[in-house]
Amino acid sequence: MTTTTPEVRESAPSSDRPRRGGRGSVMSSTGLYIATAIAGFLFLIPFYLLIRNALSTDADITGENWKFFPTDVQWGNIGELFTDETVPFGQSLWNSAVVATLHTVGVLLVCSLAGYGLARIPYRHANKVFYAVLGTLMVPTAITFVPSFVLVSSLGWVDTYRGLIIPGLFSGFTCFLFRQYFLGFPKELEEAARVDGLGYWGAYWRIVVPNSLNFFAAMATITFINGWNSFLWPLVIGQDPSSWTVQVALSNYMTNQTVVFHLIFMATAFSILPLVFVFLFLQRWLVQGIAQTGIKG
Amino acid sequence: MSTTKTRDLARPAAAKASPAKPRRALRGSPTFNFWLFTGPFLIGLAIFVYAPILWSLWLSFFEARFTVTPDKFVGFENYTYMLTNDDFVGSLGTFTVFAAFIVPTTWALSLGLALLVNRLRFMRAFFRSVFFLPTACSYVAASLIWKMSIFSGVRFGMMNTVLGWFGIENIAWLADPSPPWYWFVIVTARLWLQSGFYMILFLAALQNIPGELYEAAAIDGAKPGWQTFRYITLPQLRATSTAVILLLLIAAYQAFDEFYNLLSKTTWGRPPLVELYYKALGESQDYGAGSAGAVILTVLICAVTLLQGKFLGFGRGEESK
Repeated sequence: MTTTTPEVRESAPSSDRPRRGGRGSVMSSTGLYIATAIAGFLFLIPFYLLIRNALSTDADITGENWKFFPTDVQWGNIGELFTDETVPFGQSLWNSAVVATLHTVGVLLVCSLAGYGLARIPYRHANKVFYAVLGTLMVPTAITFVPSFVLVSSLGWVDTYRGLIIPGLFSGFTCFLFRQYFLGFPKELEEAARVDGLGYWGAYWRIVVPNSLNFFAAMATITFINGWNSFLWPLVIGQDPSSWTVQVALSNYMTNQTVVFHLIFMATAFSILPLVFVFLFLQRWLVQGIAQTGIKG
Repeated sequence: MSTTKTRDLARPAAAKASPAKPRRALRGSPTFNFWLFTGPFLIGLAIFVYAPILWSLWLSFFEARFTVTPDKFVGFENYTYMLTNDDFVGSLGTFTVFAAFIVPTTWALSLGLALLVNRLRFMRAFFRSVFFLPTACSYVAASLIWKMSIFSGVRFGMMNTVLGWFGIENIAWLADPSPPWYWFVIVTARLWLQSGFYMILFLAALQNIPGELYEAAAIDGAKPGWQTFRYITLPQLRATSTAVILLLLIAAYQAFDEFYNLLSKTTWGRPPLVELYYKALGESQDYGAGSAGAVILTVLICAVTLLQGKFLGFGRGEESK
């Protein structure tokens, strides 16, 4: 199942190309590759700069002569990042890992259950409940950060994992996407499960979820990336440096000018690294998920 | 006798109602299961989404500085304050300028990349990954690279170095609002971050265009290239284009991260959310005015969403099931 989409994608004939052959098409395909290569080069420059600066000395970064590659690569910068007392980056990295992981698990659990309930379980007022969920889509979470902060601070959740994670779990949008997905789930499978004596709960965990792992993987990838990269809410909640996520930590290093250049860039590289791995390994599900749902978060 | 009669009379009604509350031989009643499945989500939704909105609505009618339990009712004073506040109204202007830049450029770039990648025969997966990879980066990381390396206003910044090769003087990209070079920095950062994502949407749409359309066009004498693009590809992508433009608009409306990080401690170039952040959580801690601002922004975005709903027919017809 999972491998079919990319394969189809790869082998699909590029439909707006005329039949190949002849010198013209060789010329145009050379031009095509040159254009793509230039665009790709431009897209990779920021990554190159990041790695270059992370492995340079400050003198090389700010030096008079632009060096494309650091004259002597400073692998020691990696160790320095995690031992320098002025940069509590290890803690931030750990915070981000905890927050993004629990965020992903929580969102998937809560929103998928609700999506299934709304899609499949007959209940007289299900429509009203669904409208109550849809209504929250009208109000983007980014705009409710002031009232949410007011609420969370009155609960005493500032600077805690609870405060960072729990308010973000109840995504009307993710619930909506799960509902749409479950509406298209083959009913026969569940009916067979019922005949075998499973209730809704049993059918959900034993039949529906195991047969929906592709969709769950896609949603998990998207949710994890969003959780790792989110900035506004962790900024509002994480007031003490011990509760900073990597994004908040980077933002502070950038504005305070107390941290040296090469450490800032090394920290940025480490903040991106986990996602690049997630990304390269799970790209298939990510692409599939985006193509299916049309939305990132 | 009479009982059977009443039952006969009642039966059709009961049969009609049966999809709503059936008594099938299932384990547990559907109503119980419905709440079992949706309950946790709905409780959270009530506490962390609806309650803050209502609380904020309440706060917006009070003078609430440094407190979230105010007792001085001020009516619409916070609203008139925000709507006559130059900074807040100006932030809406900033959003408009930003949207005017970012929406068309992202649309064009992501469509262009999709067309390029779609025509590649070799290394297609490679280039798709290259363009898609920035999606993994956060706005904070991109802001940092942009601010401290590419568009650093001093000599060693990459852009200034490159411009220096052509004898152009250093440009203070972010530190000087006139000329407003900071727009270039902000727009390119977001372009880099989000184009790959929309490229995926366009790629999916491109692959759904039936090949027969192009064959038919070729038979009719349409020249490959601009003509087929203009009369086949573009019209076939209309639904995706509309959706992309609306997504871009909503995303631009919520822009915060790159403005906050690239333009920290400057007074220019503040979009609505940044303005709200400083208003409510900055030194004045004015929750009343901040909440009023949030309500105003919510009303504005609701209007946009409803227009979008009308425009796209979103959510119509599918709830009935």
